[in-house]
Amino acid sequence: MRAFALILLCASFWPQSFVIAASDSGEIQTRESITDRSIEIPEWKDWKRVFLLQDYNTRVVILGTTLLGMAAGMIGSFALLRKRALMGDALSHATLPGIAIAFILATSLGLNGKSLPILLTGAAVSGLLGIGAILLIRNLTRLKEDAALGIVLSVFFGAGIALLGIVQQMQTGHAAGLESFIYGKTASMVASDAWLIGSAGLTCVLISILLYKELTLLCFDEGFAISRGFPVVLLDMTLMGLVVVVTIIGLQAVGLILMISLLVIPPAAARFWTEKIVNMTVIAIVLGALSGMIGSAMSAIFPNLPSGAMIVLVATVMFLFSMIFGIPRGILIRKLRRYELNTKVNRQHLLRGIYEYLEARGLLNEKQTSETTLVPLAALHQMRSWSLPALKKIVKRAQQEQLVETIDRDQIRLTSAGLQEAARVVHEHRLWELYLITYADVAASKVDQDADAIEHVLEPEVITELESLLVRQSTEGVLQSPHAIEIQQAETNPHRPDSRRAT
Amino acid sequence: MNTKESFTSAPQPGSSPTETPLSVYDLTVAYHRKPVIWDVGFEIPPGKLVGIVGPNGAGKSTLIKAIMGLIPKASGRVQIFGKPYQKNRHRVGYVPQRESVDWDFPVDALDVVTMGLYKEIGWCLPVRKKHRVRAMEALDRVGIADYAHRQISQLSGGQQQRTFLARALVQNADLYLMDEPFAAVDAATEKAIVQILQEMKQDGKTALVIHHDLQTVPEYFDYVILLNMRVIDHGLTEDVFTPENLQKTYGGRLTLLEEATETMRRREQSL
Repeated sequence: MRAFALILLCASFWPQSFVIAASDSGEIQTRESITDRSIEIPEWKDWKRVFLLQDYNTRVVILGTTLLGMAAGMIGSFALLRKRALMGDALSHATLPGIAIAFILATSLGLNGKSLPILLTGAAVSGLLGIGAILLIRNLTRLKEDAALGIVLSVFFGAGIALLGIVQQMQTGHAAGLESFIYGKTASMVASDAWLIGSAGLTCVLISILLYKELTLLCFDEGFAISRGFPVVLLDMTLMGLVVVVTIIGLQAVGLILMISLLVIPPAAARFWTEKIVNMTVIAIVLGALSGMIGSAMSAIFPNLPSGAMIVLVATVMFLFSMIFGIPRGILIRKLRRYELNTKVNRQHLLRGIYEYLEARGLLNEKQTSETTLVPLAALHQMRSWSLPALKKIVKRAQQEQLVETIDRDQIRLTSAGLQEAARVVHEHRLWELYLITYADVAASKVDQDADAIEHVLEPEVITELESLLVRQSTEGVLQSPHAIEIQQAETNPHRPDSRRAT
Repeated sequence: MNTKESFTSAPQPGSSPTETPLSVYDLTVAYHRKPVIWDVGFEIPPGKLVGIVGPNGAGKSTLIKAIMGLIPKASGRVQIFGKPYQKNRHRVGYVPQRESVDWDFPVDALDVVTMGLYKEIGWCLPVRKKHRVRAMEALDRVGIADYAHRQISQLSGGQQQRTFLARALVQNADLYLMDEPFAAVDAATEKAIVQILQEMKQDGKTALVIHHDLQTVPEYFDYVILLNMRVIDHGLTEDVFTPENLQKTYGGRLTLLEEATETMRRREQSL
C-alpha cells in the first residue's frame, strides 16, 4: 500500500498537465470509418490543444471517461470478487444487436438515430436479454455456465454484425459511426453524451459505496448472507445491474469488445497491492480513472486510433507494472521471499549438519560456549542430498554472516554466534519432530523429512506453544533427537532410547 | 445430565426457558429430483449439544442448509423456537463448512467476524468502532485475537475455523448450526471449540453440530441424530448411540429407496 502511494504520487503529476481534446468541432466525424486507420503524426498544435484542455467539449469528454473508469474500477472489483467478470463480457457483446435495432427503429420513426440515449437504451435491452438467455440456458439445460456464456456472446454479437450490415444498406440516415460502439471512439462523443456517462458512472459508485458491506458479504459468503436474511437474489441483481449500467455507458468510449478490460484489469491490478478489500476498491478506482483519463487523451492526439484500444493499453501498462512490482502479491516480491526462505533453509541445514556431526562424536562440551572443533566438508556433504558446489556456496554465505569460519579449503568450524544459532535451530527442529511423533502418529524414521519441510516457517509463538506442550520431554538446552542420526563413521548413537516413549 | 422427561416433553410455544429450539417435520429435499433427505423429522431439546452423525452423502449438510432456507425444501416444515425460520433467524448462528468460501478473499479475520454483525448494523451504515470491539472480543473468546489483522488465507485451517465460529458467536444467538466445525482442525482448535460449546451450553444455548468422528460423540454431545437420508434414530446419546443403530446408519445401504429414486430420476431425464 505504501509503495502504491508512491507510484500514485508520481502518476498524479501526469493528468494535471496531460489532458485532452476531442475533435475541434465536437461534431460526429461521419466521414471516417473504423477501417480508416491512417495515423497522422500529431502536430505541435494538437499536443498543445490536448495538454491545455483548450475546448469545453474536450474537458467534458475527459471528465466523463474518468468517471467511467472510476465506476468500472469499483463495480469491477465486486464483479471480480463475485467471479462474474465474464458475465460482463457476454453482456457487452450482447448489446450490439440492440444498438443496430435502436438505430433502425429511431431512423424509421424520424428521430435522430445516433442520439446516445436511444442507442444505449437499445444496448441495455439487448444486453439484459443476453443475460436472461444465459440464465435460461443454465437453468433449463445441463450445460454449464461457460458454455452458456460462449453461446450467447457469439450469437448476439453475430446477429449484431449482421444487423449492422443491413443498417449500412439503408437509404435513410448515415449509419457510419455505429462502429464506434465496437471499438470505442471518444471523438464521436459530444458534451451531453459525456455528462450522461459521467453522471451514470458517479451514481454507480455512490450506490456501491452505500451497499459496500452487503456486497462484500455477498461476494465472500453467499450462504451466510442468506442465513442472516439478506435478500441475496436482490443484491445479486443489483450488482449485475451496476455491471450492466457501467458496461452500457462504457460502450461509446471503450467499445463493446474491450469494455470487459476496464471492468477486470484495474481491480485485478489493484489486488497485487493489497490484502484489504477497501484498499482494493480504492486502488481500482484510481487505476480505472487514470486509464480512462490518459487513454482518452491519447486518442485525442491520435484521432484515428480507437479510444478503446488506448484505454486498454494504458490499463495494461498499469496491470503489468502491478503484477511484477506489486507488494505484497506481485511476482518479484514473491520470488524474493521464496529466495530468502531457501537461503534460510540452507543456512539452517548447514548449521544443523555441523551440530549433529559434532554431537554424534561427543565433541560438544557441556556449556556449548567455547569454539568448536573442525568439521570436514566431505562429512557434511554426505549428510544431505546437496551437491558439493551448492554446499560451498552455502558455506560462503554463512561465512559472510560470521556463523562459520573456513580454516582451509575442506574444513570449517562454527563461530560462537554460529554455535548459538545452530543450537537454536537444532532445538526447534527436534521440538517439531517430537510434536509430530507425539501428535501425528508419524513413524520416527520418517520424521526428519517432514519436520524439515515445516520447521523453517515456524513462528516464535508456535515454538513457545510447542515447548509448553512438550515440556515433559524436554531437557535443559537442546533437545535430544528422537531418532537415530545417520552420520557416516559415527560410532556412537547419542540419542536416549527412552525419548522414543512418546510414540 | 438432565432427566429424560425434559427432552421428550412437547414443544411449548412462547414459554422461553423450555421452548424447543428446533423442530423439523417431514422434511424432504431433492437435487435434480433426486431426494437427498427424505421425510426427516425430529425435535431438539433446549440447552443441549446435539450431534448429527451419518456417512458421507447422508444429507447432513443438506439438512442444515434446508433448515435455514439456503436450499429449497421439496416438502416439510421447520420451526425455530416455535416460529418459521424467517421470523426467528436473529436467534440462529450459522457456522458454514470451511471449504464453502474462497479464503483468498481480501479481508482479515476481524472483517470476517464483523460480518456477523452486518444485519445488526443495518443497511448502508458503516461498521463502527463498537462493532469492531465486539468482533475482537469474539476473536479473543476463540483464542485467536492475535491474528485479527491477518489476511484470512494466512490463517491455519484451525484458525479459519475459529474465525467462522467467532463470526457466529458475535451475534449472540440462541441456537447454533455448525457444519463440520471439527473437520481437519488441529488438536488445540478442537479443544477450544469443545470448550466454547460447553460454555454455550452453560449459557442455556443449543448447538446442532455435524460431526464425523464417532469416537468423540459420547464425550461431546448430549443428544444425537443418526442420519442417512432419513433419521435412523434420535435421542439422548446414551440411548441411541448404540452399535445396532450405527450399523443401521453406516452399514445398511437403503437399497430399495435408492433404487426407486434412481429409476424416477432416469425416467424424469428421458422425458
